[in-house]
Parts: sequence; structure tokens; C-alpha cells
Amino acid sequence: MDRIKHENLKRIKTSKNLLFYGGTGVFAAITLATLIIIIGYILVNGLTHINLEFLTQEPKRMGKEGGIFSVIIGTLMVTGVGILIATPIGIAAAIYFTEYAKNGKGVTIIRFFTEILAGIPSIIFGLFGFAFFVIFLGMGWSVISGGLTLALMVLPTLIRATEESLKTVPMAYREGSLSLGATRWQTIVKVIIPCCKPGILTGLILGIGRAIGETAAVMLTVGGSLRIPTSIFDSTRTMSVHLYVLAAEGLSQEKTYATAALLIIIVLLINTIANLISSRLGGNYGN
Amino acid sequence: METKLTTDINEIKFEIEKLNLYYGSFQALKEIDMTIYGNKITALIGPSGCGKSTFLRTLNRMNDLIQGVTIDGTIQFDEQDIYGTGYDIIELRKKVGMVFQKPNPFPKTIYENVVYGPKIHGEKDRSKLDHIVERTLKEVALWEEVKDRLHKPALGLSGGQQQRLCIARCLAVEPEVILMDEPTSALDPVATSKIEGLLEELAEKYTIVIVTHNMQQAGRVSDFTSFFLNGKVIETDKTEVIFSNPANKKTEDYITGRFG
Repeated sequence: MDRIKHENLKRIKTSKNLLFYGGTGVFAAITLATLIIIIGYILVNGLTHINLEFLTQEPKRMGKEGGIFSVIIGTLMVTGVGILIATPIGIAAAIYFTEYAKNGKGVTIIRFFTEILAGIPSIIFGLFGFAFFVIFLGMGWSVISGGLTLALMVLPTLIRATEESLKTVPMAYREGSLSLGATRWQTIVKVIIPCCKPGILTGLILGIGRAIGETAAVMLTVGGSLRIPTSIFDSTRTMSVHLYVLAAEGLSQEKTYATAALLIIIVLLINTIANLISSRLGGNYGN
Repeated sequence: METKLTTDINEIKFEIEKLNLYYGSFQALKEIDMTIYGNKITALIGPSGCGKSTFLRTLNRMNDLIQGVTIDGTIQFDEQDIYGTGYDIIELRKKVGMVFQKPNPFPKTIYENVVYGPKIHGEKDRSKLDHIVERTLKEVALWEEVKDRLHKPALGLSGGQQQRLCIARCLAVEPEVILMDEPTSALDPVATSKIEGLLEELAEKYTIVIVTHNMQQAGRVSDFTSFFLNGKVIETDKTEVIFSNPANKKTEDYITGRFG
């Protein structure tokens, strides 16, 4: 009797197991398919219109014709400035939180606001950037206004990723270093940060991804000039903004898809390069 | 007996008086008095949670890292109170090195691990650093095993080799005292016996304080043994006395395996 019960139970368990196994597999497939369809659709429609002219010429007739060279430069500049500003601040903040302040009340409050910052819609950042950098500080629509705004947006991600990777460094390394007479600072610079390079890099990639695709915040702070910016105080246009303008005003479907495809390629490229560097640096503690 | 004890002793390294340590409101060490002699091996034994590791970590102020620890009483190292105001912790830790329970080499090369200490203390001369690496690795009997792969990752070594590397790393700073917190508990018997053999040689140049769970180990390697129980020192004496003729009943019970 008991045996039969047991057998039944076993069968139920097995079939349940199968159900869950199959179920999760289906959902995984759906996720993957969605990704492939989106990227594939954009690439199929866009790649045919990407050519040397598109990459090296400046836009003509508001982007209806010509290429997007100035827009590519603008994108790189705005994203670059944003990341350059955010990286040292983000890493320093994360070090302060995990290594010095630990779980003080002040840190809990700051962390709470950092989390909120991460969830604020980008248009709000744009509005702030416009009011503060563009108008109040008189920077005008410029690469620097946009870069600063993007830096604010990217900071929470960067801090989070760096903090998480700092936390994974075993206490034993800190103890080992301190027991040899190292100061806290030496320990951080010579032992802890080298362990965290891959984690920090991941944060950077996420940050760059968010920055490069940002439209609303950039539109309000960088403006929409189609000229090549000669300094960080010039206005310019990023690819996302260009994409939005092309699509919203129905200027050219071909150029829209081409821009989108190029944007995807650039993001993929950055990810690949970062991954390569990351594996070069070695995973956290082995190899 | 008493006369032999005094003739043996050349120097007092640590003089601990009325040491109390609290984790928050929990008192982990109670009224500890102890003398640790130079160029001797002192073993700290006792059941888990008796405070021996905590005590060890007061000697190089490693407990400073833990939040909520308060300490009173005095610990004199070379006749200076290490908890006194203005005492230089960096200098203390240079003179009082530590080897941990689990081997903890940095995720760097073997070479970089050894020179880490000298480098942070300002040694830049490449040939001097090379020299330190060879000298210390020979001292821990690791040189022959690793001399061809000094620039390979230290984490590729076996556990026993890693622990010997950690000892070498500690020696590279030229300490006077080496604190060892159950240095062989994570190692296999072969690696353990290698490290025990090493201890005797090291004792000629360094003062060693070793926490151990392993009674035989304490008996084999140490000159003095201190028995800890519930945060108190029950008894400290020459190792042969502790193991053959302890003064306290509790020590005898522990040593003969009646508890712990």
C-alpha cells in the first residue's frame, strides 16, 4: 500500500518536474526569439542603407539625404564626456560606501536616494539638466550640459555595480594586506580595486549602454545641431536624437533604419570589447 | 623548575595585563594576564569560542576592523602599550605579522605576493626585492617548488604551498613576531607536517604565537602553552608541564579529552 503511494508520489513529482522544465524552456525561447526578431528586423532593414557615404558624410536637408558623420561624432562625444565624469565619481562613491562608511545612517539615506535616482524617468533628468546646466549655469545646449546630465543618470548604475563587486572581495584579502602593515588606502588601491576591475567594467558597460541610447534627456540638454561639434561647449545631436527626429518627422525611413542599425552595432561592439578586456583581466580571483 | 624557566628566557615580547574585550555587550575576553617570551613558540589552546583567536588578534590590533569591539587593560609590546594613544598601528603590524586560518594569498603572482609588504613600505629596488623573494621562499622551503614559476598566479598553488607562501609574505616584512591563527587547520597532514617542521626553524629568529585546535600540534611544536576557556586563561606554563602535570583540573580534563 505504502509502496503504491510512494510510486504515485514519485510519478507526480516527475511529471511536475517535467512541466516546470518544459515551461521554463518555452519562456527562455520566447525571450531569445524576441531579442533576435528585434535586432534582426532592424539590421535587415538598416544594413542595406549603411554605406561609406552614410558613415562619412554629414547630413543634408535635415537628414533626408547624406550621412550621419557629425551625429556619430556627437554621440561619441556626449557619451564619452558623461562616462568620463561619472566613472571617477561613481567608483569613489562606491568605495566610500563599502570600505569606509559601512552601514552608517547617512549611507543608508544616500543609498536610498541613489536607488530612487536610478528609477527616475529620463525626461525628468533632461528637464533638470535643461534648467540647471543649460539655463542656470549658462552652459547652453552643449556637449558638456548633456554629458553632465548623462553622468547623473549613469551614476546609480555605476555605483551599484562597483559596490556589488567590492562586496565580493573576501575579507581575508583585506586582513592579509592590513596585517602586513598596509594602510586602508593602500589596501583599497593595491588589492581590492584590482580584484574588482571586471565588476567595475560591467558597471561601465551598463552605464554606456544607458547613456548612448538616451534620447529625452539629451534632446533637452545637447540640442539638435547637425554640425560637427568643435568643442564641448558646442551643441550637437546624438544618434538616438537623430533617430527620433527622423522617425517623428517622417523624414526618411531608410535613414531611420540605417541609424538604428548602426546604433545597435555600436552597442554590440562596445559590449564585445568590454567583455574581451574583462576576460583578459581575468575573472575575479582565479587564473 | 623555576630556575630553569628563568634561564631559558631571554626576553619578554608581550606583557598582557587585565585584558578585557567586548563585542558590543558580550564579553569575549576576561581579565587576561599573560607573558609572551621572545624567540619561543607559545601555543594557545582551548575549545571553540573560548576566545583564543580573539586574543591573538588583539596582539596586532586586527580586532580594530570589527565594529563594536571595545578593549580595556594593557598590552605591552617591547615595553610600549599598543593600545596607548598615538601608538603607530602600521609600525606594530610591520613588527607583528600574521598568518591566517585559511591561506589568503592575493590574486597576484607568487612574486607579487611576497614583495607586497616590502613594496608598500617603500622598497623599490628590483634586485633587493628579488633577493627578498628568494630569501623568504627559501626560509619557508618553497623556493625549490616555485622558483620556475614565480610570475605565475599564486592561486594556482596547492593549499599547503599557499600557506607557506603566506608565511613567506609575512616574513618579507621582517617581523619580530608571527601570529598564527590555526595555520594548518585547512591543510592535509603532509602539508601540516611541513609547516610544523618550519615552525621550529622559524622560532630561532622569530617569536611565534600559534592558536591551534590540535592538541598534539601544541605538544609537538610549542615551548609554552596557554589554556583558554570561556574567555579566561585557565593556565599558562611550559608545554611539558601543561601536558604532563597541569595545575588546574580543567586543563587536565581538556587535555585528556574529557571535553572540548
